[in-house]
Amino acid sequence: MRPLVPYLLMAPAMLFLAYFLFWPALGAFGVAFQTAQGEWTPANIQALVRDTDFGLAVRNTFLLLVIIIPLEFTIALAMAVLAQSRLRGRGFFLYVWSFPLAVSDLAAGLVWLSIFTSHGYLNSALQGAHVIQHPIGFLNYDNLPGLLLAVVAAETWRSISLVMVVIMSGIQVIPPEMEEAAAILGAGAWNRFTKVTLPLLKPTLQVGLMLRTTTAFQVFAVVLALTGSGLPVLATRTETWAYAHNYQMAAAYAVLLLMLSSVATVAYLTFLRTPREVFQR
Amino acid sequence: MSTAVATHGAAAVRVRRVAPGRLLLYGCAVLITLFMLTPVYLIALAAFSPAQAIFDYPRALLPTSGLSLDNVRFFLTFGGILPALRNSLVVGLLTVVFSLLLGCPAGYSLARYWFRGKNVAQLLLVNVRAIPIVIISIPLLVTFIEWGLYDTVLSVALVHTAITLPLTILITASVFLRVPAEWEEAAMSLGTSRFGAVTRVVLPNSVPGLAAAALFAFVTSWNEVFVAVILTLRSPTLPAAMVQQLSDSPLTFRFAAGLCLTVPAFVFIFFMRPYLFNAFGVGGK
Repeated sequence: MRPLVPYLLMAPAMLFLAYFLFWPALGAFGVAFQTAQGEWTPANIQALVRDTDFGLAVRNTFLLLVIIIPLEFTIALAMAVLAQSRLRGRGFFLYVWSFPLAVSDLAAGLVWLSIFTSHGYLNSALQGAHVIQHPIGFLNYDNLPGLLLAVVAAETWRSISLVMVVIMSGIQVIPPEMEEAAAILGAGAWNRFTKVTLPLLKPTLQVGLMLRTTTAFQVFAVVLALTGSGLPVLATRTETWAYAHNYQMAAAYAVLLLMLSSVATVAYLTFLRTPREVFQR
Repeated sequence: MSTAVATHGAAAVRVRRVAPGRLLLYGCAVLITLFMLTPVYLIALAAFSPAQAIFDYPRALLPTSGLSLDNVRFFLTFGGILPALRNSLVVGLLTVVFSLLLGCPAGYSLARYWFRGKNVAQLLLVNVRAIPIVIISIPLLVTFIEWGLYDTVLSVALVHTAITLPLTILITASVFLRVPAEWEEAAMSLGTSRFGAVTRVVLPNSVPGLAAAALFAFVTSWNEVFVAVILTLRSPTLPAAMVQQLSDSPLTFRFAAGLCLTVPAFVFIFFMRPYLFNAFGVGGK
């Protein structure tokens, strides 16, 4: 009987996950490729491609992704390195830099809304400094750069903490002797970072990129709060169709989302593969 | 005397010569801190401004036009907000209970036993984060409609549990690993069963870690928007209610909401600080 105990302990959680996570992930394909009556059909996918905002949603989702991810990882790397260097008040800095971990994307959108509305704080500050004569309509539906700027700012503010914590968890397991050895061999701070720390961080960065890209594809409430329907993205279109009780279209959008993040995950796994010996520290 | 001053001066010069690098570090740290805190200051300013100040332009960047609680009071007493707040709390607590009830045994199993398939299970738990929440919500919506659970707090709590459970298992496993197995064996040699050893020795020694796991589950549920929006209509959680109100609520209302939704984060993270790397980091378990 003994060997059964660990399985019995795992079973309830695993069954729960199978039913509420893995099964619906497969089930989405069923909904997307079937009629409401349960017959298999490609019609939903054809309707998806013809959806008025389909092209815009794909474009906007990708635009946000390719701006946010590199920006975030660059700054978060700097934050992680800063947090590792023995600054006075390190505890305070870390606390402030990590509090957005518990801020929802909706809250982030509302917070930055106060900054980006046409009579908001950014325009007020710019006008106060005599940079502009008239308020800029950052959130006007036809001002794509303005809309992107607002969403990028809010989304980076909210999620950079997560990337920082992921990177820090990777930096902490790098043996300090590695950098010390490089320092003794005469490597400057920049060389130590690019030639020692960064390569050793590759597995961490890989996981972080996979995580963050998956969530970036699902960007939702921050877009809704800042732009309304001004900047359609894949997740807001999914919600719109679900709200309209067209579950087939909603599932088609969701399946597209899953495919895109799977492709990204596989790409990261392939192109950021770490040679084996680096793992065997 | 003069030599003393001279050496003192030299030391000061040396300190200053070391300074630029450090100063740059501090400069960057302060800049990042300002980026993090300025929006919080501004949303607080917007939320506590008198209602008519919203029409001022340019808006004062300091609370010169006076402060008022009107917006926040309007938000909190607005029809539907308090019930939504209650729903959010209920969903969050149900999520905590479900994920601890299911997660603790699984975490204990990972911490104390070796069994065939353990590595696969761990790999699975780490990687389920790659499944987009968006994709599971649509089929579950259809299921919950069939079950008559659509638009209930229970349905949202079940999905939130599915989202938090993998991490709850990994966190509880690392928490139980920190309780030496010898203590358990000692308790058992003193005559209690394995179950008795777990409830009387392991669990009491794991309270802070389990509290962090609970808090993590609660915060995830508290902040989750998409599933809550999809699965509810008349009994929304707080974020879902806000999304419903977004397009036709005045700016003052939205700013007050933004502040009320942001402030709890400072409390949550204060208590979660020691466990941040367990909850959000990778590796280093």
